[in-house]
Amino acid sequence: MSILEIDHINTYYGGIHALRGITLDVNQGEIVTLIGSNGAGKSTTLKSVSGLVKVKSGSIKFKNQDITNKPAHETTLLGMAHVPEGRRIFSNLTVKENLLMGAFSVKKKNVIEERIERVYDYFPILKERLNQKGGTMSGGEQQMLAIGRALMMKPEVLMLDEPSMGLAPIIVEKIFNIIDQLNQDGMTILLVEQNAYQALSIANRGYVIQNGEIVLSGKGHDLIENDEIREAYLA
Amino acid sequence: MLHEMIQSLPQVLIDGLTLGTVYAVVALGYTMVYGILQLINFAHGEIFMSGAFIGTAILIAFSSMGLLHSIPSILVVIIMLVVAAVLTGFLGMGIERVAYRPLRNAPRLIPLITAIGISFVLQDVVRFIAELAKGNYIITGPSLFTKQIHIPTSSISSVFHDSSFKTSFLLVLIIAIILMIALDFFVNKTKYGTAMRAVSLDRDTAALMSINVNKIISVTFFVGSALGGATGVLFAVQYGTIDPYIGFILGLKAFTAAVLGGIGNIRGAMLGGIILGILEMFAAANLSLLTGGVLGAEYKDVFAFAILILVLIFKPEGLLGKPVAEKV
Repeated sequence: MSILEIDHINTYYGGIHALRGITLDVNQGEIVTLIGSNGAGKSTTLKSVSGLVKVKSGSIKFKNQDITNKPAHETTLLGMAHVPEGRRIFSNLTVKENLLMGAFSVKKKNVIEERIERVYDYFPILKERLNQKGGTMSGGEQQMLAIGRALMMKPEVLMLDEPSMGLAPIIVEKIFNIIDQLNQDGMTILLVEQNAYQALSIANRGYVIQNGEIVLSGKGHDLIENDEIREAYLA
Repeated sequence: MLHEMIQSLPQVLIDGLTLGTVYAVVALGYTMVYGILQLINFAHGEIFMSGAFIGTAILIAFSSMGLLHSIPSILVVIIMLVVAAVLTGFLGMGIERVAYRPLRNAPRLIPLITAIGISFVLQDVVRFIAELAKGNYIITGPSLFTKQIHIPTSSISSVFHDSSFKTSFLLVLIIAIILMIALDFFVNKTKYGTAMRAVSLDRDTAALMSINVNKIISVTFFVGSALGGATGVLFAVQYGTIDPYIGFILGLKAFTAAVLGGIGNIRGAMLGGIILGILEMFAAANLSLLTGGVLGAEYKDVFAFAILILVLIFKPEGLLGKPVAEKV
């Protein structure tokens, strides 16, 4: 069953036509990856879904509810979380405050406590860094904090924008293991990546985006075998 | 010469601290709005002035009803503070909604010009109302807390002269400090305060945390303006006579204090305000002494601003400001 359906969306930045009729869907429990090069429209697709940018035409449905052009602070209340490109943690806030911001809409203290504990299960390092300013952590730790912060919203769909960006291969490995673990625990994941091999190897399905259009889609392991993909992204 | 400067020091510190806390609380309004929108809200001085007028209006109303003798003065001041703070808070929120929000994505200069325009509008609206109600735009309210208190600072050490102040000084000082502590707590310890810091760091990401950014910006304007309005009341109680133009110079100095402390930094604004107040009072007391009578006390602003320029040459980000660094 599809939990997220994107239907022919067109998004513009001023005069630039960034997304040209993107259509994709994500089923409950899947890892779906959107791969492509710089400037292809990967981040814009996520931003269009979460409501950070407005789409000009087309529709986006989440759990059969139309969320096209709903502002970000409302879409995130429905059960989706978006971990932005470059992690974007609040650098002057402590790790704890960053996590608490993830649970901004939660009123009950005990619910917040429960969720923080769950975040510690995935990222034990954060527990040791609670009172440290977010901006003083390493890139990998910041990425963990960014994902942890998103988990504080207890989303059904987690959208990750290039979690591997700028990280050492060993850290990337670690992050992808956690993404896989999250998925096995029931989380639906939409993963945007430039690191096509890593992304496709954990994904159920993948889409390839080029100049704002989906040019190819299919099962994760089929795409890895695909010659075009090999040439363009896995060389 | 040094001897005379030391003699007047206790009085300079008392006056400077009081003036400084007034600058500091007004500076908070500038720094909070700058921190969240990178907008210099030049209308903030006029919010301060509106607070002074609202407070004085309440005071005059109480006095004409003959209530001033039956209600304790401190209660009167608290009523003035609360009413003025709430009204100016909504005023500031309203200004943001109609004048700044539509220009949110416009180039920086445009909301800046709008802010200057708003401040003229507020000056003239207040002047119009004051003239309509009183026949004159310069208003003097009944005085409260006029008792003089003497502190025998000379008994601490004979190098000091005695100092003295009106009881209203004490009131201004205490209330301003309470306001600053309350704000510091709000910003650093509460959920909405943390959200405010998050929005000022990264608006888009804050929105992804289900934070309604517009609401947080409204809250920021409300809090900053309410502080400004409350300080206006303190100013009116302290000096008695007010006019619609008091916000201009004071606003400029408070803005300077915010820059001195590092604009966008809340504790910096407090520090900057107090330093500026003390510098100014120091200059007022000692300038003619220092220059052998060439420059009188009326040049105090020149002295204070000269020091300020010096500080900013060596530390352009302000005393507590951090150099801007982008991290990807």
